[in-house]
Amino acid sequence: MKFLTRRLAFYVVTAWAAVTINFLIPRMMPGDPVTALMGRMQGRIDSSAENSIRVLFGLDQDTNVWQQYVEYWRLLFQGDLGLSFTFFPTPVADIVRQSLPWTVGLVGIATIIAFVLGTGLGMAIGWRRGTWADALLPITTFFSAVPYFWLGLIAITVFSVTLGWFPSSGSYDRGLIPGWSWEFVGSVIYYGFLPALTVVLASVAGWILGMRNMMVTVSSEDYVTVAHAKGLPGRKVMFGYAARNAILPQISSFALSLGFIVGGTLIMEMVFSYQGIGYTLYQAVSTQDYPLMQGCFLVITLSVLAANIVADFVYAALDPRTRQEA
Amino acid sequence: MSTSAIPRTAPREGGARTGAPVLEIRNLSVDYGYGSDPTHVLRQASLTLHRGEVLGLAGESGCGKSTLAYGATRLLPPPGLVTGGQVWFTDRDGTRSDILALDDAALRASRWRDMAIVFQGAMNSLNPVFRIGRQIADGILAHSPGMSRADATERAAAMLEMVGISPDRRRDFPHQLSGGMRQRVMIAMALSLDPQVLIMDEPTTALDVVMQRQIVEQIAELRERLGFAVIFITHDVSLLIEIADRIAIMYAGEVVEEAAAQDVYRRPRHPYTDALLHSFPPLRGPRRELGGIPGSPPDLARLPTGCPFRARCAFAFDACAHVVPELAETGVPGDAPFRRVACLRHDTRSVVEAGFDPQPLPEELARR
Repeated sequence: MKFLTRRLAFYVVTAWAAVTINFLIPRMMPGDPVTALMGRMQGRIDSSAENSIRVLFGLDQDTNVWQQYVEYWRLLFQGDLGLSFTFFPTPVADIVRQSLPWTVGLVGIATIIAFVLGTGLGMAIGWRRGTWADALLPITTFFSAVPYFWLGLIAITVFSVTLGWFPSSGSYDRGLIPGWSWEFVGSVIYYGFLPALTVVLASVAGWILGMRNMMVTVSSEDYVTVAHAKGLPGRKVMFGYAARNAILPQISSFALSLGFIVGGTLIMEMVFSYQGIGYTLYQAVSTQDYPLMQGCFLVITLSVLAANIVADFVYAALDPRTRQEA
Repeated sequence: MSTSAIPRTAPREGGARTGAPVLEIRNLSVDYGYGSDPTHVLRQASLTLHRGEVLGLAGESGCGKSTLAYGATRLLPPPGLVTGGQVWFTDRDGTRSDILALDDAALRASRWRDMAIVFQGAMNSLNPVFRIGRQIADGILAHSPGMSRADATERAAAMLEMVGISPDRRRDFPHQLSGGMRQRVMIAMALSLDPQVLIMDEPTTALDVVMQRQIVEQIAELRERLGFAVIFITHDVSLLIEIADRIAIMYAGEVVEEAAAQDVYRRPRHPYTDALLHSFPPLRGPRRELGGIPGSPPDLARLPTGCPFRARCAFAFDACAHVVPELAETGVPGDAPFRRVACLRHDTRSVVEAGFDPQPLPEELARR
């Protein structure tokens, strides 16, 4: 219990620091959002409207940074992240809310598949090291070594352009109404298959390699020899003694990669024109949409933190040495 | 460990044989490396362990002591490979089986029940993520198909109590125990199926002297009670003289002398044994000169011809460079009939057969 509260306190402090930095950075940047907006509209907004926009953005009040900071926290707790410039006047929270599930759903599932598949294969290859199974390593490493965008483009060329098996872009059939119908869910899976396949192909090698090497290392530990000497069945030695210890570093890497799911799939979403948060962030950056950027960054930071909390607790559950309980 | 040079119990004169053979290692050979030029680490090593006795296995680092134990139990890690020999195990009802010829299922059934092992590293022999009670119970359950986990756990607690660890510590993880306690847990684990042979590979190496003594005394006491036979591997000859019934001395992958513990101590027959005994000081008895052994053990990948010890031997003569000495009876009349030594000073017949002049036995190797 003491361990839990201590870790939670640590994460609360980290979250506070992340939010504060997220608040300060845009305020330290040069330029003025109103002029930026006017500039982007290229004269379509009359210059006399400048003052009204300023009022609309809430920039007319002469508040100091501390008051703004308190106000920022207050709005944050209400889920208010401000209004997007690009999609004006849509609230940033709405945009994030629309794009986040797509990314988390697609990339999250793909990452879990890659982790389970890679760790399982790595376990088997590491356990029977020196056999034909080792030949699998260079093949999977090839897929993670080629640039991701190239892999994505090749997948589109082969599977959607030449063979016509899968659509090349989008996230569901536009003719359907989004909802929890079988038809719609089937369409989402169908559209998501190719992007998910490329994500799995690109990342599975890392999991295989990491698990295989840990299996080889752990297999030569004394306690594995003892397990053999005890006459335990081979499967039990492999799962209970070798793999059970070899998987621990994998868990940390998995937590880190979960954090990157939210922010790290920009290229995939661009290649497949997938409406996720990476694509949204890309749009925000290219149009200098500061509130949207800020909102995206906040969501990414918080999800990295959340993933770390989960990893911490899973790790503590799996490895008794990390629980510092007297 | 100099404290153990004082014999604690009455010396076991003559090394009375305790029973029929329980484990016979015959001409065991082990190579390291798969290629065309493997290193012959163990060459035709033979040993016999009798029921209920403590057989000490001593020698310098790298002489093949541990390899012998791992080879005989088929636990050699790659690239080790058993290239020849037999390991005959005799069960309580008299059935004999060659461990090296068992199939996987029979080998698994035999392990731990017939022969258990306590390894060198007390620190790494326990799985860090399982509670110790569960690890002991794992071994019990693997060999008792009908047993419930609760019964196995209860037995594990009883085993812990036997080695002097409070049964409620069975819910501890290995990292919560000291090194000495971990080694006790290993001993409890090894004895949990009442094995007939216990192999201990330097069980006290990582422990301090006080803990070494406690562990050794505990093993001796448990052996009295449970009657298992022990192969005790160590480089600490003085410790062996105290606890072992018989001692086998190994050098460069071969057994060079095998005799009762007190015979080895008072009447060494092999020049290497003699030199080994002169390399630690006795705490009692007549003063004697302390000397090391010059040189270092040979590279096993490039063994010299003839006797591997001859470069460091004070009694080497011309035949030693050409004839490989074999384990045979000693050349001293009146020695115990089962004493064996591999030295050409004792084996005049081989020297003559090879066409060399036999040399007389020096006084140091013929003490009575």
